[in-house]
Amino acid sequence: MSNKYADRSHVVKIIFIVVGALFVGRLAMLQLFNPEYKEKAELQSLRNVTQYPARGFIYDRHGELLVHNEAVYDLMVIPRMVKDLDTAYFCQSLDITLDDFNERIEKARKYSSYSASIFMKQISKEEYAKFENKMFRFKGFYISQRTLRIYDRPIAAQVLGYVGEVDQADLDRDHYYKRGDYIGKSGLEKSYEEVLRGTKGKKIMHVDAHNREIGPYRHGEFDTLPIEGCNLYTTLDADLQTYAEDLMANKRGCVVAIEPSTGEILAMVSAPTYDPNLLVGRIRGKNYLMLNSDIAKPMLNRALIGQYPPGSIFKVAQSMVALDLGVITPSSGFACEKSLVGCHNHPSARSVQEAIKMSCNPYFYQVYRRVIQQGKYKNLYKDAQYGLTIWHDYMMRFGFGQKLDIDLPKSGLSTGNIPDTAFYNKWYGKERWAFSTIYSNSIGQGEVTVVPIQMANLAAIVANRGYYITPHMVRFYGPDSVRNEKYLQRHETGIDPQFFDIAAAGMYDVVHVAGGTARRARVDGLDICGKTGTAENYGNDHSVFICFAPKDNPKIAMAVYVENAQGGGGTWAAPIAGLLVEKYLNGEVKRTDVEKMYREINPCQKLPLTRRVKKAKKR
Amino acid sequence: MYQEKLKIDWITIALYAAIMIFGWMNIYSACYEESHAAIFDFSQFHGKQLIWMGLALLTAAVIMLTEPRVFSNMSYPIYGIVLGLLVLTLFLAVTVNGGKSWIDLGGFRFQPSEFAKFATALALAKYLSAIDIDLKDMRTKVISLILIAIPAVLVLLQHDTGSALVFASFIFPLYREGVSGVVLVIGVAAIALFIMALLVNKYIILGILALMAVGYLFVWLNKRSRKDYFRTLGIFACCALFVFSVDFVFNNVLESHQRERIDVLLGKTEDLQGSGYNVNQSKIAIGSGGIIGKGFLGGTVTKANFVPEKHTDFIFCTVGEEWGFLGCTILLILYNLLLQRLINMAERQRSPFARIYGYCVASILFIHLLVNVGMVIGLVPVIGIPLPFFSYGGSSLLAFTILLFIFIRQDASKNQLL
Repeated sequence: MSNKYADRSHVVKIIFIVVGALFVGRLAMLQLFNPEYKEKAELQSLRNVTQYPARGFIYDRHGELLVHNEAVYDLMVIPRMVKDLDTAYFCQSLDITLDDFNERIEKARKYSSYSASIFMKQISKEEYAKFENKMFRFKGFYISQRTLRIYDRPIAAQVLGYVGEVDQADLDRDHYYKRGDYIGKSGLEKSYEEVLRGTKGKKIMHVDAHNREIGPYRHGEFDTLPIEGCNLYTTLDADLQTYAEDLMANKRGCVVAIEPSTGEILAMVSAPTYDPNLLVGRIRGKNYLMLNSDIAKPMLNRALIGQYPPGSIFKVAQSMVALDLGVITPSSGFACEKSLVGCHNHPSARSVQEAIKMSCNPYFYQVYRRVIQQGKYKNLYKDAQYGLTIWHDYMMRFGFGQKLDIDLPKSGLSTGNIPDTAFYNKWYGKERWAFSTIYSNSIGQGEVTVVPIQMANLAAIVANRGYYITPHMVRFYGPDSVRNEKYLQRHETGIDPQFFDIAAAGMYDVVHVAGGTARRARVDGLDICGKTGTAENYGNDHSVFICFAPKDNPKIAMAVYVENAQGGGGTWAAPIAGLLVEKYLNGEVKRTDVEKMYREINPCQKLPLTRRVKKAKKR
Repeated sequence: MYQEKLKIDWITIALYAAIMIFGWMNIYSACYEESHAAIFDFSQFHGKQLIWMGLALLTAAVIMLTEPRVFSNMSYPIYGIVLGLLVLTLFLAVTVNGGKSWIDLGGFRFQPSEFAKFATALALAKYLSAIDIDLKDMRTKVISLILIAIPAVLVLLQHDTGSALVFASFIFPLYREGVSGVVLVIGVAAIALFIMALLVNKYIILGILALMAVGYLFVWLNKRSRKDYFRTLGIFACCALFVFSVDFVFNNVLESHQRERIDVLLGKTEDLQGSGYNVNQSKIAIGSGGIIGKGFLGGTVTKANFVPEKHTDFIFCTVGEEWGFLGCTILLILYNLLLQRLINMAERQRSPFARIYGYCVASILFIHLLVNVGMVIGLVPVIGIPLPFFSYGGSSLLAFTILLFIFIRQDASKNQLL
């Protein structure tokens, strides 16, 4: 075909060249002659600034502020933007050494040359004021404002928890967090992290050649405002908490106080405790190491994680189970036969109420035998299996042997142990165990362990005459007062309330009637109902006491544990509980002599309470 | 066995390689992360692109080892297969960036529309190179247009406006083979009128057109026949109709994002968060490059992720920011050398098939360059098509390589007797 159009190739070639030339011209306009872009080339111009929301505050049940924030400043650096820095002057302004400077900048560079990392953390307002006006001389550095926690009353450290920097696991789990962000590490700060933290905002700023933010990029079109965290309104009574911590000073142990009708936790003390302000700011790392290596474990919340044999307190629950099963009646009497199991000297109990009052071991041995050996099977082993299964089911309804669904981190929560048939089958072998093997459970020894909060909950169950609401720390949160539905639900034991009236009467006698084991808990005018216990231990036994008051329409239920205290529940735990009930119901304690005595006396003087004590001893 | 001494055009291959390697460097830089700096890190775009480049070279070698006749003989079958794939895509496509042009083959995605370009080039070259064909015939023109329009429409149905636009490039081979140059003029005039109609009051345009018509008739022409009057009036009427249809087309045919992009280009809106964002950022990136740029890996606007698609359609930003005006100009010169070379090569072919195909290759590459670079520097509305041999992407690199090397293969044995 034709080559007569061959000349047209020139037209095509010229078109190609013209377009190329047009583009080069346009590029020259953009890159060489346009002042707008030239300016922007000099400006180097945008910086992503994260705006951190203020973390939500935490209040007590009366609206008293427990936790709030204070502003601090992080010095940020973008390594590749650091230019013409007068290092000596810079170091002098920040009061750091040259080696320190090199180390920090190297660390930042290792993370990334292009994106910002923290050069120096948590500079106080005063320090920041000193070099604020010098910032323009430090290209590549800028300030990012953060908030730190501050605690006006140094109480409830383990409950409130602390805030720390995110670790790798947090970063992998949730992409909201960036390196250097803060996250709740324990306590309420952890379990309500997503409520408290709010939402980060973002600001894109123009930065000029002198490292000054000259204004928002595009009038802030791409910016997002931080959304402040929600406030938590807790169930704690700050005064009661303070008083309880005061009484538990010099001791090891814990206190849990619950409002029975709502399941709201009024106080939760784990002793020894620490000042939550210790775990804030730049001193955190050092203090954390110190607290963490303390042999008394002040950072543990004993009320949730401690597992103790329940001791005699368990007898209250056992009598309820037996009555409900109908294997005993309220007026069943058993002789105090010390050949079965040891006991102290007292007359034989003629009713359940008396048995609780006297805490008679042989009585509850008999009761428990009737629960376990119901005579369903001739074979004692099979019968015990049958009985234990029913008993285990009852115990679960009391909230034992499981993590109570409290709104504190589940990782810091123990289940306790209520042995079931599988447990003993594994332990002894199938059909190799019977009542005679497991009778210690009847008096709260043996394989049974409970957690202090479960014991406080038992007190609440008796106070409520047969049900509980899961204990919890937060009433509601946020501007909309969000409540958690699950903390409005009743958990029924399914046991007739009239049986609980018997238990309550027995517990009233424990405190008020001659022969009761907790006369020291008595407060005139307050119908305190209680039950003592002694949790056996390798060292000195633990002193345990649960109680509720008043007897009718109770306002407070409580468990008090004093570790390694000689003398049983009546000696240590009961009088402390008495003081706390008096404080809560009357608002003040009139028995100042008693108060003084229990505040100062140290029941476990032989044991070092903290590391510092241990060191002092060495010296 | 078939034997011949190949005269491979190494200059073209050198230009191809230079562009591809420079492209890879820019992909590496655009997505640079210190934690993934290794060249053979195949989790990164630059590592993956290395695999694509290897595959492209392999494909090129296979093409060079194939008899040139195979391609001309297989033109229609290849065209048919690709059309089939395009139809299939309409049903099987996964959505990527609002377009539906990708087929997912078990985690491996490819884009049939990339391959439609060279398949159409083959078919058009085959058709026009037949002995009894004359482009003066209306029938020939219509069949040529149909050959081009079928794949174009199928691609358009995939919402891939960019790739559909590429089929307009066949205007150049048609022009070379004898279609009147008026088509080029009409094309340019239509674009000019379209832009003016959007910017200027329509009656002013009509006034100007009327003045031009009057001027042509009574000033330019000395003698006026009746035919001249009718022709002038006809053209004027067509232009007027076109001007008034612009609004309709603009508002009813174009999709909203296309309208916005055109408005942004013409400076009618400054939608900075939406459609104006890309171009604004790419202009800042390029503009901040200055004469010599910020140096390899030195870009900040592209690195700070302000420029989207920085490794694919907006890769030219990185060139502008890091290599500056000089780098951009050199790259554009490289492309122009390649285009000029391809036209020269096309003109030296003995077989019309090879010549027409050569024009198709040059034209397709040209329109990609025109639209892609034009978009990045704010001369053309934002239309997503890749920069040939340069942007990240396996399908496009492979398709461009096949496109180019089929022609190089034809050229290598141009002196063989047909």
